[in-house]
Amino acid sequence: MPEVLHETLAELRDAFDDARRDPSFWNSYVALMANYAGRPTPVTYCDNLTRRFGGARIYVKREDLNHTGAHKANNVMGQGLLVQRMGKRRVIAETGAGQHGVATATMAARLGLECTIYMGAEDVERQHPNVFWMRQLGAEVVAVTDGTRTLKDAINAALRDWADSMADTHYVLGTVCGPHPFPELVTYFQTIIGYEARRQMLEVAGTLPSRVYACVGGGSNASGIFTGFLDDPAVELVGVEAAGKGIATGQHAARLAGGQGRTGVAQGYKTVFLQNEEGLMRDTHSVAAGLDYIGVGPMLAHLHQQGRVRFESATDAEVVDALRVTMRSEGIIPALESAHAFAGAFREASGLSSDDTILINQSGRGDKDIFTVADALGDEGWVDFIRHKAEGYAR
Amino acid sequence: MSAVPGTSLESHLRGRLEDKPLLLMTHLVVGYPSLEANWTMLEAMDAAGVDLVELQLPFSEPIADGPAFVKANHDAIEAGMGWEVYFDFAARAAARFSFPIVFMGYYNSVFQMGAQRYCARLAEAGMKGFILPDLPLEEASQLTALAREHDLSPVFIMSPTNSQERLNEIGRQASGFVYCTARRGVTGRKTDLSQGVAEFMQRCRTATPVPLGLGFGIRTAADVRNVRGLADIAIVGTAGLDAWQELGEEGYRLFMKGLVAETC
Repeated sequence: MPEVLHETLAELRDAFDDARRDPSFWNSYVALMANYAGRPTPVTYCDNLTRRFGGARIYVKREDLNHTGAHKANNVMGQGLLVQRMGKRRVIAETGAGQHGVATATMAARLGLECTIYMGAEDVERQHPNVFWMRQLGAEVVAVTDGTRTLKDAINAALRDWADSMADTHYVLGTVCGPHPFPELVTYFQTIIGYEARRQMLEVAGTLPSRVYACVGGGSNASGIFTGFLDDPAVELVGVEAAGKGIATGQHAARLAGGQGRTGVAQGYKTVFLQNEEGLMRDTHSVAAGLDYIGVGPMLAHLHQQGRVRFESATDAEVVDALRVTMRSEGIIPALESAHAFAGAFREASGLSSDDTILINQSGRGDKDIFTVADALGDEGWVDFIRHKAEGYAR
Repeated sequence: MSAVPGTSLESHLRGRLEDKPLLLMTHLVVGYPSLEANWTMLEAMDAAGVDLVELQLPFSEPIADGPAFVKANHDAIEAGMGWEVYFDFAARAAARFSFPIVFMGYYNSVFQMGAQRYCARLAEAGMKGFILPDLPLEEASQLTALAREHDLSPVFIMSPTNSQERLNEIGRQASGFVYCTARRGVTGRKTDLSQGVAEFMQRCRTATPVPLGLGFGIRTAADVRNVRGLADIAIVGTAGLDAWQELGEEGYRLFMKGLVAETC
């Protein structure tokens, strides 16, 4: 990490430590999430999916019902409370799929903060509806044209902004990566998913899940739900990474599952990255912008190494199939990112018995993916609509 | 307070400082715009009398660099820049020119190479030290120890945002020289040297006895003149690349001469 941020990171560590020691802080966070974001989000039993696969009973943790449509708001509102404690007036953030950017813009609007969001130019194109909402919420959105023009480049751009603006600006990092204390801090706020889910499984299913599935980009939703079950050794934890066009093609973002990641140090932290033998980061690919990233949370890499979390991957094609099945069977629309967790679970559900239960973390809702999904499904009605709409604007 | 025992880089710089009040360090990204252009740049630096040169090994995530160097890093990588080419170039430069050469780059390159092999390769290439802007002091101890065995100086960075306590901590580990950044932010943008820089340099001076370099936003001959009395070494990075691109080869030679003229 550049020396210029040394004192800023120390300030953040202190603010976080103070907050954690303050017994009222967690309660004020939970209260905020209840009355602003609609928490707790439910756990839904999916009878149709269960019957379709004929094995384990399938439950879904519904982070799609969180305000702004994804788990991202948990971390963002928590960091918003820290920003208030530190007395800063501006926030910046990176975003991949745009969910973290929308959540940050929402928090900034609510708390009266200035907001700048860095987004890879490629992601700006893929996820324009989110760009629209960020701007409507009052945020400045900067399209990052460096490098591969995706999430990692947006993180670099945000770090460069922060290296100059730290006196009055907080960097709301969106995932469990980056310099200390971010991995720990983001996990802390996302743990609300796991705490809720564990209690809800006992209530709704009467038992802890045999397996918990979560998609893993940087790893914040996975860290959040897994942490709730870390002390339950009988609960198997499964992270599902993006296999993109297939691990063998090299066009993927599977750092751990594919065995192609190597330990390295970049963007202020040490973890397993997709990089070449000289430490240059590789291009990554996923149909899901939020998983299209070179690194993975260091704590998840550690849990992988220890064997506590098993890592699998799902290809773009499997993910689109899983999305289609989930929509038709349950009337639930997972984000393409979350659909990786569904794909991983569907592959294994029939191998388990009806005494088993599995819990899938639906990290977000899929409405934002309408353009990508319509393309993936080859939906002609949608194409016609866009064509007519464009003709209307051209007139 | 005494720093790490003098390295050959530090003694060399001290020797030069007996002859003139200020030294000049210049920079290039190896492989950008091309190795041929890089060689011509080095010849121009040598002819002008530059005192010290940093050669940057391109990295895909250069978080301490501004837009011009980010592009330079990415384009050099795109053109196939790698370790072999870099060290071959550095060795040729060290053999041909009299100014000492230091490595500049990001820690992941060192991590992948392995600290032992990294130090050995720098020493074999005839380099005198290294600047790793993303490596914090507390993570550097193993590398620093190995560097000493190879008579290489790890050059640490002091920032105006650092507390005096932190500057002192860095100062105790300093060797060769210290790279003081004149402002917050990343490389490439102009700095107003009248804004608190003298006070910052005073804080650095009390933190360490090793020579102090001042960089970030030192762009013109006039800026170099203003560094006199503030620091021992003026560091010009991005402005050199801009001069190459805007003024061409001859303009670059004159630009280098103009910078050096202000150090004598």
